[in-house]
Amino acid sequence: MYPDNYRYTKEHEWVHVENGIGTIGITDHAQHELGDIVFVEVPKVGTHVEQGKTFAVVESVKAASEIFAPVSGEVIESNEALAATPELLNSDAHSAGWIAKIKLSVPEEIDRLLSPTDYQAYLGEG
Amino acid sequence: MALLKTPLNAVHRSLGAKMVDFGGWDMPVEYRGVLDEHRAVRHGVGLFDVSHMGELDVRGPQALDLVQHVTVNDAAKLKLGQAQYSALLYGHGGFVDDILVHKVADEHYFLCVNASNQDKDYEHIAANNHFNATVENAGPRFAQLAIQGPLATGVAQKLTDINLAPIKRYHFVDGHFGGAPARIARTGYTGEDGWEIYAAPEHAVRLWNEILTAGKSVEIIPCGLGARNTLRMESAMPLYGHEIHASITPWEAGLDWIVKLDKGDFLGREALVKQKQQGITRKLAGFEVKGRGIARDGYEILANGAGLGWVTSGGPAPALNKNIGMCFLPLSLAGPGNAIEISVRGRGVEAVTIAMPFYKRAR
Repeated sequence: MYPDNYRYTKEHEWVHVENGIGTIGITDHAQHELGDIVFVEVPKVGTHVEQGKTFAVVESVKAASEIFAPVSGEVIESNEALAATPELLNSDAHSAGWIAKIKLSVPEEIDRLLSPTDYQAYLGEG
Repeated sequence: MALLKTPLNAVHRSLGAKMVDFGGWDMPVEYRGVLDEHRAVRHGVGLFDVSHMGELDVRGPQALDLVQHVTVNDAAKLKLGQAQYSALLYGHGGFVDDILVHKVADEHYFLCVNASNQDKDYEHIAANNHFNATVENAGPRFAQLAIQGPLATGVAQKLTDINLAPIKRYHFVDGHFGGAPARIARTGYTGEDGWEIYAAPEHAVRLWNEILTAGKSVEIIPCGLGARNTLRMESAMPLYGHEIHASITPWEAGLDWIVKLDKGDFLGREALVKQKQQGITRKLAGFEVKGRGIARDGYEILANGAGLGWVTSGGPAPALNKNIGMCFLPLSLAGPGNAIEISVRGRGVEAVTIAMPFYKRAR
């Protein structure tokens, strides 16, 4: 369920880092908690985002939820498919439902994130 | 304070519902998902536990006089077995609550009120009871299940010997439902045909299961408060605390049709007459979002950067495939066809006022 090579936050985002580029999304747990997702506001390419700060907004039928950047850096691509098919976050949160790709400016930030084991343990505590 | 629970609380949990604190009640917000549940009610049938709703019984030789005094609609026009949408107002003309008044007998009126307003409504009516009548906070005696959707009547009919087809909208009968004594009302809060069943709490779990079994062939599903909200919003039905509250009058909320100034004196009448003479300055309007974004409750309406009003309810309209809402606007802008701008997280998003209701069922 929670890929081994991803890292996670307690706010239920994931990041998958490859060659200094982090692909970011929300976890399957998060999409389940939010319910039917009907709108995603993705960050503009070129925006600088900071770890822990709002960088996207995901809206379910019921409410809008801010998504926090798990790592700092510059947005190099955002998932344009979400404009027409926001439900990808429900059906495939860990892959097709990615939100944005960020060129990491502080790669060591990744060390502060949760491993899949720790994230699932954290979910278990809740 | 611990959350209040309906008799179906354990059933909701066993069905895997997401539970939320709704005005102090631990209620299911969704089971399968709001969109599926919304669609089920628009095209088939859904079942809601609305046992959190409050009930008040007004009885006695002057029961009608008390009801007439505290409500805006004309309860004297009700026939036995008929219900009407009405409201309780303060003396200044603002809403205490919106309610359904049922005429059970000449000396017995049954009021269905909002869950979180139940105690306030009871106290309000009791404080204004200068009549030979009694008021009972009857909520604890009733569970309430709502069977809603175009296929609701077929499902409900399987559980009662009473012929439901001739019962008109906003009418009810007292009889047996699933073997339990019940009040069976053709009312609802979804904009669809449907039934609201009032019965003693000890029957709630069995009735719930029997309704789901009776509806199995037409794929009935349990529905939560999430779908209840999107359904009522599409139908432009007001929600207390949003479209109506103590600082809003019926004229402002567009509820002129429930106010019967000619029925005689009632609480709030004087203020309403005065406001009618002076004219209102703001009014509830419907809107459709044209730009990219969803307008949510409380968002500001802007014109040239200045605040014009606020969104009272907003979100996606699943049956219409667009983002809609209701808002208060200056009277001059409240009619359909006016361009407005809604502040969505600090960004102006274009919208246009449109006529309500947004959705109307085929008859």
